[in-house]
Amino acid sequence: MKIAMSWFNDYVDLSDIPPKEFADAMTMSGSMVEGVESLGAEIENVVTGKILSVEKHENADSLQVCMLDIGGQMLQIVTGATNVGEGQIVPVATHGAKLAGGMSIKKGKLRGVVSEGMLCSHEELGITAAELGYEPEYGILILDGGTPVGVDIKEVFGLNDNVAEFEITSNRPDCQSVIGLAREAAVTFGRPFSLPVPAAQGNKENVADLARVDVLDQAYCPRYCARMIKNVKIAPSPAWLVRRLQASGIRAINNIVDITNYVLLEYGQPMHAFDMRDVAGAHIIVRRARDGEMITTLDDQQRKLDASMLVIADGEKAVAVAGVMGAQNSEVKPDTAVILFESANFDGASVRITAKKLGLRTEASSKYEKGIDPSLTEAAVNRACQLVEELGIGEVVGGMIDVCGKLPPARSLTLRPEKINAFLGAQIDTAFMIKTLNALGFGVDEAAMTVSVPSYRADVESEADLAEEIVRIYGYNNIKSTLMAGEITKGGKNAGQKLEDKVKAAMAAQGLYEILTYTFTSPAVFDKLRFPADSPKRNVVSIQNPLGEENSIMRTTTLASMMEALERNYSQRNEAVKLFEIGRVYLPQPEQTLPDEKNIVTLGMYGGVDFYDIKGMVEELFDSIGVKVYSFTPAADQSAYHPGRCAMITIGSDRAGYVGQAHPDVCDAYGISEACYLAELSFDALSGAADNAKTYKKLPKYPAVSRDLALLADDAVLAGDIAQIIEKAAGKILDSIKLFDVYKGPQIPQGKKSMAYSVTLRAADRTLTDQEIGKVMDKILESLECSAGVKLR
Amino acid sequence: MKEQLEQIKAQSMQELESATDLQGLDEIRIKYLGKKGALTSVLRGMGALPPEERPQAGALANQARAAIEAAIEQKDAQLSGQARKAQLAGETLDVTMPGRRHKAGKLHPLTQVLDDVKDIFIGMGFSIAQGPDVELDYYNFEALNIPKNHPARDTQDTFYIDENVVLRTQTSPVQVRVMEKQKPPIRIIAPGMVYRSDAVDATHSPVFHQIEGLVVDKGITMGDLKGTLEVFAHALYGADVKVRFRPHHFPFTEPSAEMDVSCFVCGGEGCRVCKGEGWIEILGAGMVHPKVLAGCGIDPEVYSGFAFGLGLERVTMRRYDIDDLRLFFENDVRFLKQF
Ligand SMILES: [Zn+2]
Repeated sequence: MKIAMSWFNDYVDLSDIPPKEFADAMTMSGSMVEGVESLGAEIENVVTGKILSVEKHENADSLQVCMLDIGGQMLQIVTGATNVGEGQIVPVATHGAKLAGGMSIKKGKLRGVVSEGMLCSHEELGITAAELGYEPEYGILILDGGTPVGVDIKEVFGLNDNVAEFEITSNRPDCQSVIGLAREAAVTFGRPFSLPVPAAQGNKENVADLARVDVLDQAYCPRYCARMIKNVKIAPSPAWLVRRLQASGIRAINNIVDITNYVLLEYGQPMHAFDMRDVAGAHIIVRRARDGEMITTLDDQQRKLDASMLVIADGEKAVAVAGVMGAQNSEVKPDTAVILFESANFDGASVRITAKKLGLRTEASSKYEKGIDPSLTEAAVNRACQLVEELGIGEVVGGMIDVCGKLPPARSLTLRPEKINAFLGAQIDTAFMIKTLNALGFGVDEAAMTVSVPSYRADVESEADLAEEIVRIYGYNNIKSTLMAGEITKGGKNAGQKLEDKVKAAMAAQGLYEILTYTFTSPAVFDKLRFPADSPKRNVVSIQNPLGEENSIMRTTTLASMMEALERNYSQRNEAVKLFEIGRVYLPQPEQTLPDEKNIVTLGMYGGVDFYDIKGMVEELFDSIGVKVYSFTPAADQSAYHPGRCAMITIGSDRAGYVGQAHPDVCDAYGISEACYLAELSFDALSGAADNAKTYKKLPKYPAVSRDLALLADDAVLAGDIAQIIEKAAGKILDSIKLFDVYKGPQIPQGKKSMAYSVTLRAADRTLTDQEIGKVMDKILESLECSAGVKLR
Repeated sequence: MKEQLEQIKAQSMQELESATDLQGLDEIRIKYLGKKGALTSVLRGMGALPPEERPQAGALANQARAAIEAAIEQKDAQLSGQARKAQLAGETLDVTMPGRRHKAGKLHPLTQVLDDVKDIFIGMGFSIAQGPDVELDYYNFEALNIPKNHPARDTQDTFYIDENVVLRTQTSPVQVRVMEKQKPPIRIIAPGMVYRSDAVDATHSPVFHQIEGLVVDKGITMGDLKGTLEVFAHALYGADVKVRFRPHHFPFTEPSAEMDVSCFVCGGEGCRVCKGEGWIEILGAGMVHPKVLAGCGIDPEVYSGFAFGLGLERVTMRRYDIDDLRLFFENDVRFLKQF
């Protein structure tokens, strides 16, 4: 909220404090100042002057020569304006003056006549018609006849003021007001704070005889105060009042409405003024709206209400949505003669819900939402009446209607200075604590060491809150920084967290870049990924209020996020892209409120890679994290993958994931016209199998022998099966098997493939003899032939 | 005999002198010292000498062989050196041509910064805790002293799954989950994804990351909060940054604070990055609210604690001067390669 800083001086004298110092100190005591704007920063050396004479310019018909008194000094100024006349008070830019927009004024001659400055229009002073509160006539700005001569124009228009913008935290509704902030400033700078009790004289009548208020829902309206003004003279407000509203970003409307806004800013209490002509039977009824009841609010919108909303009504109709906005049917009009000021306390939660339902957040509703001190209503309505009397714009009727339920009693808290010091880690004097609390408006019983909390500080509920009150004034930065004493904690990462780091390192080492993606996605991805209609992955956690369809469900697969990342890179023409992610999927669980959140390691790539590259990366990952027992078996049933180029990955005996080429339809769906490769691995499966235990095996002492085998196998025979057969047949002396060539072509019969293996044999305790080797190789070939029909070529 | 040897020696020396390559040198070696070489044939002729002359002649022959061998060796060394030099000259590479690299990938910049943050706190005895993204309203709000209809719920535009389940708007619910399970002393950080119903632009994202911290023990003070977070700030931003704490408000801490560090771009003078303030807000913190402790079954009269939370994206953007939040989730490798 923005406040003209001069306003604070009504309650605490801050006139000597530079704006920057004010902003810093307030920020450090808890009222964050976002910035301070200096209103008339551009304007210099412009004073008020009285026109003593106006004569025609001797050389130009369109110009006039004025003699001015600017307070003990005479100036001759030439002007082209036609609205000047003797006796007027006008703004005079003297030699060296600076005006709005950076214009500067110098002495000079105009068509041969000396001109010692310039007379100014409101625009040249950077003042809008709205700020003036009226539309001035074209030409020089003619000031009020009573304006003193020779004073700085900035003083006349309050342009020497600064406007501070505060960011007030939600726990401090009391600081959403000039008085609340003035109190904070007084404590911050250690200055006296004076809050006079506003009072209006009022006439001999009593408002209770002229109007009646019934509150039918005291829970939603704990207090309703009202006072009446007769013989109202609706007119523009005086400039000083308009300026203060303007500084806070509130447009001036007329004197009565402006007063309600002025009090809103000053006290933080929203007010409303009803034209009594429009209140049937002079009877205000505070009641729930009827379902479907219609009202046209001041912003010219027809709104439909329901029974959860509170309205202000008369016997016939609603005249306001309580705490939100008044109705057009009872607004203050130019000929309004009798008004009723409403100053009421409404339940914050109910106002919040109503404003939300109506899509209508107003200055008033946002104040009520945060909770307003119910004791403010009386002071605020009296302040409004006091202003009416001060401005002489109406006759205040005596008395006040005050419909007040039982207000909560003042909260009492125990103050234990030693406990607070122990909590803060400080040695703050008890005297300082008491002084601070007193200055903030708390009552302190020094004998009992109890603190009574003022009604405007409903946020202070416990000793910790008292500690904050004390320490923010003492200064957070005056608390000595310490390092935690007490029991040592070991800390560090657990096994799963360490494994996550290792997986990431292993993937990066193989040239993959880590990505991070949104965990919510669109239901459309299941079709893009070709998931069957009955896929369990289509069972999702849905967001009730998503930003859009595309982010409306929690993902059950990471493949879509990966394909989107590949898509983006592909569309940017990035070549050979290899990515990985460790991220969560969210699987609904029957009978459980929360889904199962599982981490999935996802790999995705295109360009210069094939199936065996991505499979190799998975194997390399297993190797680096110590997953030893795993296998790959063909998986034609994974619809997102190429049916002939996908393997299910099994770790131990558990399914751990899949690796393969993305189905070409999937690539098409993501606009990628290159082959993409994907792998998804359950992090839990990795975590269950990863084994850091390493044992040293002695380096071999005896030489190894290699034999090459050129085999002829049916297409359907899998390399994995051949390897298993060889392993089994060779037994203990098998050192390694390497498949170094697979060939299909002219020399090979249709439906067959040639596979070249290098088999290495080694015994740990001797050099193998030719005879031994021959026997083993024969056994291998025999097994291959009878188990898989594989023959030597 | 003697003359013969002298002559062989002289002739070989002469030939050696004019040898220009290792092959020529080899030929000389064979010609004089080989099985059919000149010296060998002289030695063979020794059998014809009278026995008493043989020792002297033998000595002479050995002398001649040694002399020739030494000369050959010397020449060999000389010619080998020349040959190696010539070879090396022919093998000169353009060392300014690009190296052949095995490209490693990289971790996401957010991960890299998070790893730094984790390391700092692990060094102070913190563990890492985790909690679910899809969270009970109770943990995300109510247990944190944010009841239904609390105005703070409006500022955190929440994605709802149903009335009682939300996408967590902060990592703070992990605090509650940890306190319910673990008895003090507690020192944890809890990094994770959080969700707010914000439309995407350069500074807003419906998904971002926070790092929560929690310490609970006997005798934990606000001074400890300051000291711990100052250590963190200095470790992350350098020992010479200045740190300040400003009063603030969070429903689940009391007193609450925001921590600023002096702008690491301008050093506190005021610049674009710090919006002329000289300070940059880094994190929110506070003493754990007694209501929150009590709600987790921890007696606030016995224990106290502090909590803090920071936005990972914000810290990372400032570290690398990244001006658009969207880049983190677009995963363009041209971006990812830069870190
Ligand atoms: Zn800066």
